[in-house]
Amino acid sequence: MPVTCREEGRTLIATVSGELDHHEAKAVMEELEGRIDQALPRQLTVDLKGLTFTDSSGIAVLLRAWRRMGQIQGSMRVVGTPAQAEKVFRAAGLERMIRFE
Amino acid sequence: MKKENYVSLEFPSRSANESFARAAAACFAAQLDPTLEEVNDVKTAVSEAVTNAIVHAYPDRIGKIVMRVALLEGHALEIVVKDWGVGIEDVEKAREPLFTTGNQERAGMGFTIMESFMDTLKVRSVPGKGTTVTMRRKIARRAGR
Repeated sequence: MPVTCREEGRTLIATVSGELDHHEAKAVMEELEGRIDQALPRQLTVDLKGLTFTDSSGIAVLLRAWRRMGQIQGSMRVVGTPAQAEKVFRAAGLERMIRFE
Repeated sequence: MKKENYVSLEFPSRSANESFARAAAACFAAQLDPTLEEVNDVKTAVSEAVTNAIVHAYPDRIGKIVMRVALLEGHALEIVVKDWGVGIEDVEKAREPLFTTGNQERAGMGFTIMESFMDTLKVRSVPGKGTTVTMRRKIARRAGR
């Protein structure tokens, strides 16, 4: 699975690498939600610098994590977004909802 | 429009074939010497079209998908993804952003991404018979070629 998580204080850091498409999306979502529910972090940082490809499945994964963080009154930011993924997220207007740094 | 070269691939609607299909399309498109951004745009659009066929055309069975990638006159690429699945009742509605009949794993952005990453997108569908998605993209000629 292309996601690994670690905790730093009250921040959960999720590193996604490789290709995130529909084939991988369900497992990544489940892992992310499971870790959020377990850690109840104040902030979720999603690190995408190792992401080599994504499509609208990546949008669905980020939106679902963002909603879950909203439910527990936490915040979310996305760092290291590669150019290919950025173009996909921009086509969906994701930057209007999620903080990209 | 005259086709100068093409490849046709048939595969079952298994999600493991999503990465294969976009990689195959990118390999074939290499003949046009595209930039990395152009290759990524094509891969992304193919991924959306093939995923749609896998998720929506065959919701409860494994069915046949055919992808044809062709080089057209004028340094352009045409990609056709065809299935024999359930079809789309209302194509206009399906093309609207955020519309999806899928579950939470889908964002409803597939057609929006195909439209913004390719020059043209045509969707023909007959409920109960299947869907054909045809996309075209001109690849810029680079200096010195």
